[in-house]
Amino acid sequence: MGYFEGFRVTFEQLFRPRVTIQYPEEKRPKALRFHGRHVLNKYEDGMEKCIGCELCAGVCPARCIHVRGLDNPPDAPVSPGERYGFVYEINYLRCIHCDLCVEACPTEAITESKLFEFSFSNRQDAIYTKDELLVADDGQPKHLPWEDWREGEDLHTSAWVRATAPNGDADYEGRVAWSAELGYGVRPPEAGQLGDDDAGAPIDDITVEQVAEGGHH
Amino acid sequence: MAKTVDLIAETAEPSQEMQPRSLTSGVEALREEGAVLRIPNLPEGVDELPTEDETMIINMGPQHPSTHGVLRLMLELDGETVLRSKPIIGYLHTGMEKTGEDLTYLQGTTNTTRMDYLAPLFNELVFSLAAEKLLDVEIPERATWIRMLMTELNRISSHFTFLATNGMDLGASTMMIFGFREREALLAFFEKCSGLRMNHNYIRVGGVAADLPDGWRDDVLFLLDDLPERLIDYDTLFTGQTIWQERSQGVGVLTADEAIALGVTGPILRATGVPWDLRRTMPYLFYDQVDFDVVVGTYGDTFDRYAIRVNEIRESIRIVRQILERLPKGDYRVQDKKVTPPPRARIDESMEALIHHFKLFTEGLKVPEGEVYVPIESPRGELGCYMVSDGTAKPYRMHIRGPSFVNLQALPHLMHGGLVADAVAVISSCDPVLGEVDR
Repeated sequence: MGYFEGFRVTFEQLFRPRVTIQYPEEKRPKALRFHGRHVLNKYEDGMEKCIGCELCAGVCPARCIHVRGLDNPPDAPVSPGERYGFVYEINYLRCIHCDLCVEACPTEAITESKLFEFSFSNRQDAIYTKDELLVADDGQPKHLPWEDWREGEDLHTSAWVRATAPNGDADYEGRVAWSAELGYGVRPPEAGQLGDDDAGAPIDDITVEQVAEGGHH
Repeated sequence: MAKTVDLIAETAEPSQEMQPRSLTSGVEALREEGAVLRIPNLPEGVDELPTEDETMIINMGPQHPSTHGVLRLMLELDGETVLRSKPIIGYLHTGMEKTGEDLTYLQGTTNTTRMDYLAPLFNELVFSLAAEKLLDVEIPERATWIRMLMTELNRISSHFTFLATNGMDLGASTMMIFGFREREALLAFFEKCSGLRMNHNYIRVGGVAADLPDGWRDDVLFLLDDLPERLIDYDTLFTGQTIWQERSQGVGVLTADEAIALGVTGPILRATGVPWDLRRTMPYLFYDQVDFDVVVGTYGDTFDRYAIRVNEIRESIRIVRQILERLPKGDYRVQDKKVTPPPRARIDESMEALIHHFKLFTEGLKVPEGEVYVPIESPRGELGCYMVSDGTAKPYRMHIRGPSFVNLQALPHLMHGGLVADAVAVISSCDPVLGEVDR
């Protein structure tokens, strides 16, 4: 093989689809299970899911979650349980997005959205308070001024909960094991191993082909 | 009266920096000249030892782009010829092994995965295998096959990163773009499985965190069809290309005896002709059930180390094809209540499941007393985990034998007598990941 064979390879690239995209104007679709900024969910009746059990704070390997529970006021309960999350703070200067908090939460209160493009100009902004994490009255995550939300990124916030819900037990695949969310209802399970026989209905997700081929000219 | 001890003098390490020859002890000078099995003579082309004002000691790194992160090299140069060299490490030391003593076995993989950040799944795997050996649990077959699938794909992505950086260091920027392009497709697959491109925390003690995502088979099949085609381009552009051959052949030669004496493993050892691959010599997971070749080189030079990695990608593709055929259905995490949290649906049904859930996520899983060493074949060589458990939910000691760290020992030998430009080729062909070197 001579030198010119090499030039042929690079020259051919001119006619292949471009794999790079014009970030940040354009963005690549994100995987369903993507780990991004957390949200605190609500039940469909508007009650908060968090019961202040501090399991998320206990499991966090980066020690970035601070939770304090308080007894529900009897006349105006915040959550359906005995207690509710009175203080809920996540320090995003520490968070490593491992999603162990999501797996630990017994009530599916904390899940992760697909947002990862947020930066702060001071440390105080990096500590998200309960007010900022809690979804709005329509079930949508709150959009803070320093966050770059794009369309569709607030959908499928609980994909990792659903992916890990069977915890390795094949009998529990394809079964709903989570409660409905305000604004979205009960989200469907992944088909899992059932999907291999086309018995289950697979959920739409990104494909590797999309990323590899790019498809932008 | 107790003798007073100067604690600072007792504990402080002497300077790691390279000193002029007159201040360097004989053993240290031999080490810096890269003496392995013989007394090093002067490098070829240098007749007599230059005087100290003729040589120059210079720093390369820790910010030099071709030192792959924060490796600092001190070189004694006679003109362009490297007489002595000394790798200085520790600039990325974050105390991960110590941190590991403070994290439960459930959290431990989030920490170990960050060591060799180009092959995170291998770190998780070796940590999990060590803990599982202490636990003495049997991992479901599907979990083991998924682990093999993911780590083989990770080996491919790691080798593509090697090709990218190796090319860039030698001035072939096409290779850099190509390598990162291919790696990106593989990372997209990891992102789909684990939600993260790197540092996945996907392989856990007891199995894998989640089943493969919907549509995974099409993705893997696409990769298996696509990657071999792209490798043909690599062969045209580099393997068979005279420019590339002349640049890398005969540079940084290591013989088999020297490689073994230095404790070098992985592609660097195999480049010298030693067929030492832990997947074959000490099979773990189901590597004894799949068919693959151990790729070895002949000359132990930079070109061989490059060619081995290209061909290991092909072997990994071969392994992945077999995994696709053999992947069974079933559980993918050991169904032991003391190791794996209960399925989420059980939390609402069973009080016991809820208690186990709480216990596992706060206190963690308890591992019986004992100590183990588990080695696996990472893209860079023998990755081992030595783990001591005192019976609690956190390891008493967790040590990682990082192949990058041990392979760095070979640098002074490989660079001795070469040119500065070849030093760059040598570092890059050793493919060190400083996250793993310093831990």
